[in-house]
Amino acid sequence: MSHFSPTAAVSYFFNYFLMKGVLVTIGLTVAAVVGGLILGMGIALLRMSSNPVLAGAARFYIWFFRGTPLLIQLVVIYSGLPQLGIKFSVITCALVGLILNEAAYLAEIVRSGFMAVSAGQREAAWALSLSPWVTFRRVTLPQAFRLMIPPLGNSINSLLKATSLASVISVEELMRRSDMLMQEHFQILEVYAAATAYYLILTSVWDAVQRRLEKHFGRSSAAKARQVAASAPVAQASVEARA
Amino acid sequence: MSERSMARAEGATVQPQLREVPAVRMEAVYKHYGDFTALNEVDLKVAKGEKIVVCGPSGSGKSTLIRCINHIEKHDEGLIYVNGVELDHQRKNIDAVRRDTGMVFQSFNLFPHMTVLENCTLAPMTANGMSEAEAKDLAMHFLTKVRIPDQAAKFPGQLSGGQQQRVAIARALCMRPKIMLFDEPTSALDPEMVKEVLETMKKLAEEGMTMLCVTHEMGFAREVADRIVFMNEGKVVEQAAPEEFFKHPKSERARTFLDQIIH
Repeated sequence: MSHFSPTAAVSYFFNYFLMKGVLVTIGLTVAAVVGGLILGMGIALLRMSSNPVLAGAARFYIWFFRGTPLLIQLVVIYSGLPQLGIKFSVITCALVGLILNEAAYLAEIVRSGFMAVSAGQREAAWALSLSPWVTFRRVTLPQAFRLMIPPLGNSINSLLKATSLASVISVEELMRRSDMLMQEHFQILEVYAAATAYYLILTSVWDAVQRRLEKHFGRSSAAKARQVAASAPVAQASVEARA
Repeated sequence: MSERSMARAEGATVQPQLREVPAVRMEAVYKHYGDFTALNEVDLKVAKGEKIVVCGPSGSGKSTLIRCINHIEKHDEGLIYVNGVELDHQRKNIDAVRRDTGMVFQSFNLFPHMTVLENCTLAPMTANGMSEAEAKDLAMHFLTKVRIPDQAAKFPGQLSGGQQQRVAIARALCMRPKIMLFDEPTSALDPEMVKEVLETMKKLAEEGMTMLCVTHEMGFAREVADRIVFMNEGKVVEQAAPEEFFKHPKSERARTFLDQIIH
């Protein structure tokens, strides 16, 4: 006998217990992005430093956390560290794991963004006597940030889905709560259909946010595109001016 | 050559006041990149108000020379004084020198995420503590001077190359520099844009600005320069007034260089 009950799937979608799991998923994602960005910026700065020890430490960090599965990192933090007498709450374990892991990816994104800002921009800032802080804050950071948005968006999309791994260490987020409902009612497809719908909604909302961000910070590039249409009369005018 | 610029060129033959502190003084300056010697015992003196054109084959050290004057490039040996301040790698001296010098780059280096006006007001507001209103007035004054005030609200990407370079000149002038350094300002431009930038530079020269220009524009050199500095392999090979340099180059290297660029 095979059947799929759409009504059951819809009712799981509006299940209050599952909805609370969605909120935990969102909370984990936001906290990991914020924490990961702060830590990631710090690591990127170390990685770009001229001090070989600091740069080496940052490179080791990135190598380590990008080179091992998030699942192992979470399990080690949750089940392994207590063996050394280090014990956190479940949610703290999940956050520590997600932040440490995400920071490694974000550090590389931040670094590549800064590296892509041409050296000429910094030279112009020096030549204009801008202070190092103003150069960073007003010249390099905004340009680097614009370049960071697409890879940042990708990374956050991955992170949103990677929070489901926290279910393994018993964090009751969307995935874990779906499992719990499934084990209670054995309506496997119906429960996961509801969970899938939630993940798709969350990633779609993030996609939309990312597009807005790209549009907002890309205004000077958009201006460039408009200029193509206007360039013909400009060239004409300068020829006339010479004549 | 116009009558006015003839008169100006004659006026320039008057010897600059020797007891005055020179705008730039370089003594036995060396700059190395690994094994490559970019500047090889360079001596140069530029009087206040003097217009120098630096020319020479590519890789001869012209750009390095002027980039050392505002410490965008760090010289390895020798002495550099700008308006009497020694560039000894101390932060306060570097700052002082950079405040006295403005620089225009081959690739403009305008800040692409800011409007033309913001490009011009950023340094006066943040480095000189000017109010926004004052900085805007100042920026509009210089944008008008480079004949581009109507583009103030646009982003650099919306402007032609020539317009962008004129904005870059205005941006530098907003810091009221005493010396202007031009690093091949027209080399990245389409041919029809070169003239508008050179006209702007000529106007600046007529107002008495001290200028050092790395350029291949020999027409500009002939008309505006008080002195041509010819470089080869990191050395200043010869320096002379334009008439003298173009008619009777002393070195063999300068003769072959001139043969190649003047068709």
